[in-house]
Amino acid sequence: MTTATTGVTPITGAVGTAHTRVEGRAKVTGAARYAGEIPFAELAHGWLALSTVSRGRILSVETGPVLAMPGVLTVLHHGNAPRLDTDYIGMLGVPPDPTAAVFQNDRVPHAGWPVALVVAETPEQAREAAEALVVTYEREPHDIELTAGRPDAHPVDGHMPGMTEKGDIEAELAASAHVVDEEYTTPEEHHAMMEPHAATALWDGGRLEVVDSNQGTTWVADELTRMFSLDPSAVRVRSEHIGGGFGSKGVRAHQVSAVMAATVLQRPVRVVLTRRQMFSLTGYRSPTAQRVRLGAGTDGRLRALDHRSVNQTSTVWEFVEPSAGVARVMYDADAHRTSNEVVRLDVPSPTWMRGPGEAPGSFALEAALDELAERCGIDPIELRLRNEPERGPVSGLPFAGRNLAACFREGARRFGWAGRDPRPGTRREGRWLLGTGTAAASFPAGALPSTASVTAEADGTHTVRIAAADIGTGARTALTLVAADALGVATDRVRVRIGDSDFGPAGIAGGSMGTRSWAWAITAAARELRDRLVPGGTIPPEGVTVRSDTTAALGALAQKERHSFGAQFAEVAVDVTTGEVRVRRMLGIFAAGRIVNPLTARGQLVGGMTWGISMALHEEAVRDRASGGLYGPDLAGYHVAGHADVPEIEADWVDDPDPEDPVGIKGIGEVGIVGAAAAVANAVWHATGVRHRNLPIRPDRVLRAQGGARV
Amino acid sequence: MREFDYRRADDVSGAVALLDADPDARYLGGGTNLVDLMKNGVERPARLVDVRGLPLDRIEPADGGGLRIGATVTNSDLAAHPGIRGDYPALAQAVLAGASGQLRNMATVGGNLLQRTRCGYFTDVTKPCNKRAPGSGCPALEGEHHNHAILGASDHCVAVHPSDMGVALTAFDAVVAYETADGPGELPLADFYLPVGDTPHRETALPPGALITHVTLPPAPVAARSRYRKVRERASYAFAIGSVAAALDIGGGVVRQSRLAFGAVASRPWRAHAAERVLNGAPATAEYFAAAADAELAAARPLPDNGYKVTLMRNLVVAVLSELAEETAR
Amino acid sequence: MAPSTSSSVTLNINGEKHTLSVDHRTTLLDALRERLDLTGTKKGCDHGQCGACTVLVDGRRTVSCLQLAVASDEREITTVEGLADGDRLHPVQQAFLDLDGFQCGYCTPGQICSAIAVIEEHAAGWPSAVTEDVRPEAGPPPLTPEEIRERMSGNLCRCSAYVQIVQAVARAADENRTETEETAA
Repeated sequence: MTTATTGVTPITGAVGTAHTRVEGRAKVTGAARYAGEIPFAELAHGWLALSTVSRGRILSVETGPVLAMPGVLTVLHHGNAPRLDTDYIGMLGVPPDPTAAVFQNDRVPHAGWPVALVVAETPEQAREAAEALVVTYEREPHDIELTAGRPDAHPVDGHMPGMTEKGDIEAELAASAHVVDEEYTTPEEHHAMMEPHAATALWDGGRLEVVDSNQGTTWVADELTRMFSLDPSAVRVRSEHIGGGFGSKGVRAHQVSAVMAATVLQRPVRVVLTRRQMFSLTGYRSPTAQRVRLGAGTDGRLRALDHRSVNQTSTVWEFVEPSAGVARVMYDADAHRTSNEVVRLDVPSPTWMRGPGEAPGSFALEAALDELAERCGIDPIELRLRNEPERGPVSGLPFAGRNLAACFREGARRFGWAGRDPRPGTRREGRWLLGTGTAAASFPAGALPSTASVTAEADGTHTVRIAAADIGTGARTALTLVAADALGVATDRVRVRIGDSDFGPAGIAGGSMGTRSWAWAITAAARELRDRLVPGGTIPPEGVTVRSDTTAALGALAQKERHSFGAQFAEVAVDVTTGEVRVRRMLGIFAAGRIVNPLTARGQLVGGMTWGISMALHEEAVRDRASGGLYGPDLAGYHVAGHADVPEIEADWVDDPDPEDPVGIKGIGEVGIVGAAAAVANAVWHATGVRHRNLPIRPDRVLRAQGGARV
Repeated sequence: MREFDYRRADDVSGAVALLDADPDARYLGGGTNLVDLMKNGVERPARLVDVRGLPLDRIEPADGGGLRIGATVTNSDLAAHPGIRGDYPALAQAVLAGASGQLRNMATVGGNLLQRTRCGYFTDVTKPCNKRAPGSGCPALEGEHHNHAILGASDHCVAVHPSDMGVALTAFDAVVAYETADGPGELPLADFYLPVGDTPHRETALPPGALITHVTLPPAPVAARSRYRKVRERASYAFAIGSVAAALDIGGGVVRQSRLAFGAVASRPWRAHAAERVLNGAPATAEYFAAAADAELAAARPLPDNGYKVTLMRNLVVAVLSELAEETAR
Repeated sequence: MAPSTSSSVTLNINGEKHTLSVDHRTTLLDALRERLDLTGTKKGCDHGQCGACTVLVDGRRTVSCLQLAVASDEREITTVEGLADGDRLHPVQQAFLDLDGFQCGYCTPGQICSAIAVIEEHAAGWPSAVTEDVRPEAGPPPLTPEEIRERMSGNLCRCSAYVQIVQAVARAADENRTETEETAA
């Protein structure tokens, strides 16, 4: 059957108009299936056994008794598991984390390291057998202590240089009228997405199929291809619905061990991580110890800015949390120095977590700015406006739009900042002391090379195929709007299919780059398709398909400082007699490119700001010195903000389209958390007169800081 | 989780007999704590005796006044009961301050009193713990203990009892009734929990195999003006780091009678008798409220990281008693 | 009776009876997901610490991860799959969809089941931890955002759609109240 193509009169305005999620109905009815929920015949269940020591060597894995248990099919461990190739640099420019490349040797580099996979007919059998498995170790003393003063801290280049330096810091500090020199710490934080990592692996007609929950199917497919030395065409990874990622859902022990077991058993094997296992196997945000030194003249203009951040990494993988990087974008000074340093410890490997670098870095830097404002006697917003740089403070490059001042002006107006009494500890309502705080936010705007295909179907609809991932961002819906506008058709004529590595290479859902990267590719393909279709012409039964690849277009972009910006505002109430802190309201105004779908974008930004509350007040994974493992690694021991912690939060934006992006997008996934914790902490100071430089601001810390305040 | 036998009990004597037959058996109530601990490998029963179906799910007037609460009454039903809300409001508040709506629908009064500590060493079988594995040591003493006990602990265990409900029940002199193969018995809540000493694994004075059948609240007019305040590390759905159940009867500006109990400071809900002695007969002023708190907290033996609890409890006592005094004055 | 480690149970789910043999270790959550292909109910923590597995058991919200399947014999269970009336969404589902009360969607079935129960519990006059006066004579508290937040606090949402969820619950509760009043009138 062939049909006439419909006219290409643009039905404009899908982008920028609120649209409920295209998969929303499936999600509210429970019909949407996540990775661990897709049925397979003959499915076997794998359960990981993790090390109980923090450093040492595996002496034996006593598989005999476990293999005799009901339903047990196999036990994989370093003595019998397939060998992996780990000597490569993956799609994201880093080698694989050995935590994922399981069972390759007898070394145990941290507590909760995967030592075996038990596979059985049912999950109950696999679990009992994995827990019954006896593994003996040769223990070695472990070292898990992160402090700023460690002599083995060394600068590391991550996705940015480890160190930058210009001018004479000490001289400028000495010449400054006002100086802030403080240490700030943030604790170990975990992604804690609601859906645990889960994967099913099977061999089907000579092809490896993996049904997974991840942030990039072509990324995971590429890593598995390399690790198992397979032909790229022999690996397919699907990931349709993802129950949150936040940086943690990449290549992990669950997929790799599932592939191993499926290979050995030649039947489908599913591995789902338990919540406790997630705390040692799926990455986390490293604790940071940061020192910020600021020097300013009497007018508040910065003469010196020195930001040093130290984080921990494992002994097997190097990850730098580039917390000092935010200073390279936000503020200039005559002398400017930043360094991101790392200490190797006997701990699990940290990884990217929402706002890597910016989230902890902005807490330290924006809290220090607030302290400087206090010392200078200048309003915190005014201080920031006086220090707005013309060009990238370190790069010297021009900004591709820097609408931070507009955010502060609009935010101040809507929050009611004018007339704020700067003196701390002066407002009371019943048992609560009240305060307000503000902070600036920024996050890089980037895009990753991606391919997409757009098909004009014979029935007049269009099908977009791209290996995108909707981890809750609303990407699937946003891309539907983008495709509709680019094709000049209504959104109900567009079907967007994502989450399948067979759709070709595409960037990941990460670094706030997903929607921008994919929208670019879709726009390019859709425009070409429109050009190719003759109005009134016919479409063959198989449709007309156009493929795009953005690699060249992205490579041609001029070097600029490309970022989203934002202004965060918070009002808090503190009961200094109990240490309780409650956020009463928050407002964030962002300059974050063109907003594709206001409904879901608001959710992204408010969600990020809520993470800021959670970071400021609740989140902290506590490492037990004696064992080297975490204390209470579950959702009762690791608190994330719940309903009762989250007040009315408003997020909005100023007009800020990126002229060099085909849709005008910058990215909104992470800028919402940046500065949010600092705004809360600054408000706590305004309420109480006490600076909290160590997160989270727990009741015991408030009580101690108040010097045992008594009623 | 190891495999286990499961039996549903039809009556109390049947339940007791089913448990008695197997030393590795446990009663299953709402399961909110037991099933959790079984998944963590802390509990490994060979048999579960399900007591949820027993006819112990009613709240009735007790002989001689007060209320008799069946052991399988859920937390939700307890907190919603008009008699509890009207005559013992602090008990309703305490129950509502605990866990979540879902868990309160499942959890039972008997199970609440028998729930185990949430100490992160106890719930993690890869770590030592004298309560779980007697003689293995208490890593909390030199490890993480910012939410551990300041009162009544020993150098064998510093874990706290997690119950909110139990704090209010303790303040109101509740009595626990139980059944054993040898017949029924009673234990005032004051005698229900054993001192920690060097046997932290022995938690209650219940005879082996005993099934809690009821909790009786004696009549307590003072309880009509009572309050429960809980401080925790997020606004809801978290265990206490300190809590207070308090009741005051004030006449002519003087405390005629008081009830005070603390949560999250000891291995059991902590009745503040020393504080009550200071309060009774004293002027109902913040000064005396503070003195009462100090009298109780004089026995506190904080560890390096939980000394804040002394301040917290003192401030909470003063705040809650002051609120009750203001309420009386209104 | 000799000990056994599995039993036959009949689960009445969304109005349909299912009889199956379960390992005693199997939770209601795992029975739904692994045995009955009712995967709408989610496993977030498996320890009662997140609320993702919330279902209604005999009309009351329950975390199905701590409820053993064998202990659910003959109970009436409602899961997220049983809420819509054909193509017509339950008002709570519709409010979540319209107001974007979710992102990744993984906590959503639990949030929705919980919200339905919250509206019913409130209508039944149950107080909450933020109810100023719990005494019966004080009457039921209005279902303010603060009351909704407290009552929903057993359902974590890491994407942090809390603000929109509270709006959705409030809208659904309003609709429920209006409908009840109209029915009464």
